[in-house]
Amino acid sequence: MDQIAFIVEILLPALWGGFVVTLGLIACTAPFGVLIGAAVAVGRVYGNRPVQYLCRAYVTFFKGCPLLLLLFILYFGLPSVGISLSPFVAAVLGFIFCNSAYDSEYIRGSIRSIKEGQFTAGLALGMSRAQVIRHVILPQAMRRSIPGLVNEFVYLIKYSSLAYMITVIELTGAGKMVATRYFTYNETFFVVGLVYLFLVTLTTIGAHLLERRVSLPS
Amino acid sequence: MTTDDIILRVEGLHKSFGSTEVLKGVSFTVRKGETKVFIGPSGTGKSTLLRCINQLIVPDAGRVYLHGEEVTHAGAKINQYRAKIGMVFQNFNLFDHLTAVRNVEIALIKVKGMKENEAREKALFELRRVGMEDRADHYPAQLSGGQAQRVSIARALAMDPDVMLFDEPTSALDPELTGEVLEVIRSLARAGMTMLIVTHEMRFALSIADELLFMEHGRILESGSPAELATSPNFERTRQFAGRFAEL
Amino acid sequence: MDLSAILIDWLPFLVTGIIATLGLVLSALGVGFIIGLPAAIGQVYGSRPVAFLINVYIWFFRGLPLLVLLFLFYFGIFPAIGLGDVSPFVVGALVLGLHGGAYQAEIFRGAILSIDEGQMTAARSLGMSRTQAIRHIVLPQALLIALPGWSNEYPTVLTDTSVCYAIGVAELLTRASVIVSTEYIAMPIYLACAGLYLILNYAGMKALHLLERRVSVPGFESGSNWT
Ligand SMILES: Nc1ncnc2c1ncn2[C@@H]1O[C@H](COP(=O)(O)OP(=O)(O)OP(=O)(O)O)[C@@H](O)[C@H]1O
Ligand SMILES: [Mg+2]
Repeated sequence: MDQIAFIVEILLPALWGGFVVTLGLIACTAPFGVLIGAAVAVGRVYGNRPVQYLCRAYVTFFKGCPLLLLLFILYFGLPSVGISLSPFVAAVLGFIFCNSAYDSEYIRGSIRSIKEGQFTAGLALGMSRAQVIRHVILPQAMRRSIPGLVNEFVYLIKYSSLAYMITVIELTGAGKMVATRYFTYNETFFVVGLVYLFLVTLTTIGAHLLERRVSLPS
Repeated sequence: MTTDDIILRVEGLHKSFGSTEVLKGVSFTVRKGETKVFIGPSGTGKSTLLRCINQLIVPDAGRVYLHGEEVTHAGAKINQYRAKIGMVFQNFNLFDHLTAVRNVEIALIKVKGMKENEAREKALFELRRVGMEDRADHYPAQLSGGQAQRVSIARALAMDPDVMLFDEPTSALDPELTGEVLEVIRSLARAGMTMLIVTHEMRFALSIADELLFMEHGRILESGSPAELATSPNFERTRQFAGRFAEL
Repeated sequence: MDLSAILIDWLPFLVTGIIATLGLVLSALGVGFIIGLPAAIGQVYGSRPVAFLINVYIWFFRGLPLLVLLFLFYFGIFPAIGLGDVSPFVVGALVLGLHGGAYQAEIFRGAILSIDEGQMTAARSLGMSRTQAIRHIVLPQALLIALPGWSNEYPTVLTDTSVCYAIGVAELLTRASVIVSTEYIAMPIYLACAGLYLILNYAGMKALHLLERRVSVPGFESGSNWT
């Protein structure tokens, strides 16, 4: 059949490059998203007033500002103040801001759910506040945050498609180019969608396995 | 005694959950105005029996008749039978989103098709009967356990049932709250309501029962009038069981 | 260059963008509700095949990026079924609704499942049919329980509407971009646009909280979280 031939011979090879870029976007974002998210969460719970205030403003802004607008600011806006970023870097930066803001909410919730006694016990052993946070509180909080962080990772997979709007030719962009050229919107975006669906489903399954691996008896 | 007096007839009820047989052939008849009290150890099928009567659980075998009409295999008509069989639950099961009076009137409106104002009047009347009229506008979350249970009794009574089923109506209550609920049930007995009661309150059981039925392992093992309990050989196993309670 | 003068000049243009954005939000939440609630009911009370089909719907619309869904519907499906000249706004609202409906279904399903089985049992014992019990007893409670979670869909949908830029809906971000490319000032316009989104976010949550307070029933109190 024509469609099958189109998908196998034209579409899939054309999508491959975009697929790799999508994976690159995700891989460059996720670790920093979690790290900064953890830092912001710690700042909100344990920081002094100004730090708390700043972290809160960070979360409010990056959760409330549409990601696409954020990407426009970083890519089309920053040059007007003398900072020019490549589309890929601008996209990754935007994703990190957004992702970390959401991640921080889950991590903050987890930190709050850890019993006060844990902190006291750490201090009683002679650890500094920073040591207690790093070695006692965060390891537990991060574990408890896994379901939330996975959720955000899934969002990241999906919203990485917005990078196309600032000219990063990732999966969706690669698809758009093929679809426009061959006028095959239905087939193309259906297949592109299935690739995302595959990534999302894979993540969900992987997360279940991970959760079982790192779960503590409780 | 004519058969006209018989309100409820239960014949050979069997029920299994998976491989465990919970009811192994239970039969009895209930006459108008009679109060039957079921006692017995935990897990012997008392709740299952009550729920089989109004088909909340469908029995594997056996039949239930209300006024000579078969309730089992009633198809869609089952809702009409259920409306005539009042049920009171251990944990009240009041509708949490509705005030006390709305709890009582909702089935009047939706099942019996009563008009709003008519239903309201009837609901307030029933609430008065259980001494809960002044809490008519309270939500279940704002009622004590005893008050909630009295409202749930009013809710069942409002349907003008032919028979009332009580499944451990005081088990979820603090001891100081059981009295008010038992008093309501007593007043129903005095008013001639036909009732089947499952309870662990032995003194209450003895004082209210026309017939006491001791259930164990899915069967009615012993039965008779409360007066016979102390002496009759009919109640040997029951005495053993009740004795254990007395020691507690 | 006088920024405030420019902003005042463009104000009516921006306001129509805000109206379009709010229109998208309301229709998306509405369509999402109309799809999500029955979907949840079908998942919980429906037959196996029905529940399976609903699961496929949820899996599909939660697994695809909004942008891909918009492209698929706007450039693919709509023209293919002879609706090629439907406005991008309608396509955007519908796709946002289908997408949001999948999320809303999960919220409502969780709420329905959290209701004690005794509520259904008690309703049936009074002679209500299954449908009556679901409609008069289970659903009202499920809606009360779901409201905080449902409210938290609002900020998500609000930010999601901006993706409709990609199919040319004249919403807030599109309008801001037009101003940027006409006036050649980027940063202040974009930041003002971000400020408008934050205000819409805050105002909407405030309104939803008022709603939550109005319909609150003792025993069902709990708030949606917001910062
Ligand atoms: N829906 C069900 N599915 C499986 N097993 C059930 C179900 N309902 C009851 N059972 C089992 O049937 C047995 C009898 O239960 P039932 O609730 O009728 O006992 P009971 O006499 O009312 O006990 P109790 O005094 O504790 O209320 C128990 O072993 C119970 O675990
Ligand atoms: Mg029981």
